[in-house]
Amino acid sequence: MTTEPGRPRLSPRKRQRIIRGVQYAVLAVAFVALLLYADWASLAQNFAQPDVAGQMLPDLFTIALKNTIIYSVGGFAFAFVFGLILALMRLSTVGPYRWIATLYIEIFRGVPALLVFLMIVFLPLALPGFDVPFGTYGQAILGLGLVGTAYQAEIFRAGLQAVPKGQTEAARSLGMSASRAQFTVVIPQAIRIVIPPTTNQFVALLKDSSLVLFLGVSGEYVELTKFGNDLASTHANATPILVAGLTYLIVTIPLGYLAGRLEKRKGTNR
Amino acid sequence: MTHAIEIKDLHKHFGQNEVLRGIDLTVDTGQVVCVIGPSGSGKSTLLRCVNLLEQPTRGTVRVRGVEVTDPDVDLDAVRRHIGMVFQQFNLFPHMTALQNVMIAQQRVLKRGRREAEVVARDNLEKVGVSAKCDAFPAQLSGGQQQRVAIARALAMNPDLMLFDEPTSALDPELVGDVLAVMRKLAEEGMTMLVVTHEMGFARQVADRVVFMDGGGVVEDGPPDQVIGDPQHERTRAFLHRVLHPEG
Repeated sequence: MTTEPGRPRLSPRKRQRIIRGVQYAVLAVAFVALLLYADWASLAQNFAQPDVAGQMLPDLFTIALKNTIIYSVGGFAFAFVFGLILALMRLSTVGPYRWIATLYIEIFRGVPALLVFLMIVFLPLALPGFDVPFGTYGQAILGLGLVGTAYQAEIFRAGLQAVPKGQTEAARSLGMSASRAQFTVVIPQAIRIVIPPTTNQFVALLKDSSLVLFLGVSGEYVELTKFGNDLASTHANATPILVAGLTYLIVTIPLGYLAGRLEKRKGTNR
Repeated sequence: MTHAIEIKDLHKHFGQNEVLRGIDLTVDTGQVVCVIGPSGSGKSTLLRCVNLLEQPTRGTVRVRGVEVTDPDVDLDAVRRHIGMVFQQFNLFPHMTALQNVMIAQQRVLKRGRREAEVVARDNLEKVGVSAKCDAFPAQLSGGQQQRVAIARALAMNPDLMLFDEPTSALDPELVGDVLAVMRKLAEEGMTMLVVTHEMGFARQVADRVVFMDGGGVVEDGPPDQVIGDPQHERTRAFLHRVLHPEG
């Protein structure tokens, strides 16, 4: 380099301005290309037909969204309870408990959720005379719960391990038994710690509830995805799928935002 | 006469690391014994062996005649009568100060809610934080937290109290409040085993001072002797470092 030190050809500020200009230019070109080449009439025809969307009401909310929420909340409650039990097993000093918990978690985190739902369809074949209680609701909640349990267990394990050891020691030194110390001191704190990741886990579960589609449900049992897909077939038009997608977002975006808020609050509280 | 605490030939290994190498120590009822020594000398481990937060490798610990190192002993019952105060306070962060002091009374001693609350308020008043009953630990200063922790232990009507460096995590200006509470307890005749770096407190309040180094007891005697006129070179060197940190 022949440039004198301290006198670069471009000042850093000027360089910064040029880079910023290029970034905006690329964006503008992409946008113009999209406007010119997209077939807007065809897109609107296929994805955003107001009259097709209008026909989705009120079932969109009274049946589809309602069922999505029932399946998700049910599966979540299942996962919360059994996830906590599994996490405690995973941290147990009794070897076989640890092994069983680890095996379960590895299996259900390792296979696609869809596979679990397909298995549930075949349960009555494998166990003659056995029916999942509460019919479709039971099957859906079982499927979501089995998968959710594995993830929730790992969340709880991290939460339980995040409670300082001194908490158990203080409880034990006051004469509490090991299990009483767990239930009065450690678990309540662990639950607080896991609220943000658990909220995210609920969002994941809510999206997985679309897999209920593969249980072969119909009528009053359909959830958002099945509902949208069926109507899309009927009308040979994708608008219902788009509307179903927007309906998911009505629930998932606020929840994601809430999880972020809770995470931040935890950071300032400690 | 049975001693409040009687420790015989106590050994503790952490893997290859021998932290306690044959400790003999007695504390009589009503006595205040301060344990001093450099970090890593095994002071805290010794204290934690008294209520079996650490399981000794070998040796016996008797508390008021009951051998707590006996594998058949009901540890929860033993610990109920031994108050413990930690360096990091270890208050339960999800409970208010009052609930912190009530919970073990209700769950362990099976006291009714009303009785537990009366006892809790009395003890919080005694340590000077009755104005903070409804505050959560995060809203309290370190000194206040530690005093709540003392109240929590006292509410169980312990026969003796163990203090594990109770002022080491405190800002200097908050140390005095906690020491004042401990001094009051000592004057009331509470049996206390205190691991501390507060030489002034040890000198004024302790009946005996024990100097530990390298996992053993080097010197054990009245404070004027151990701190005022130490017999061992190691004690002298340690005290010099503590009292004249800048040489």
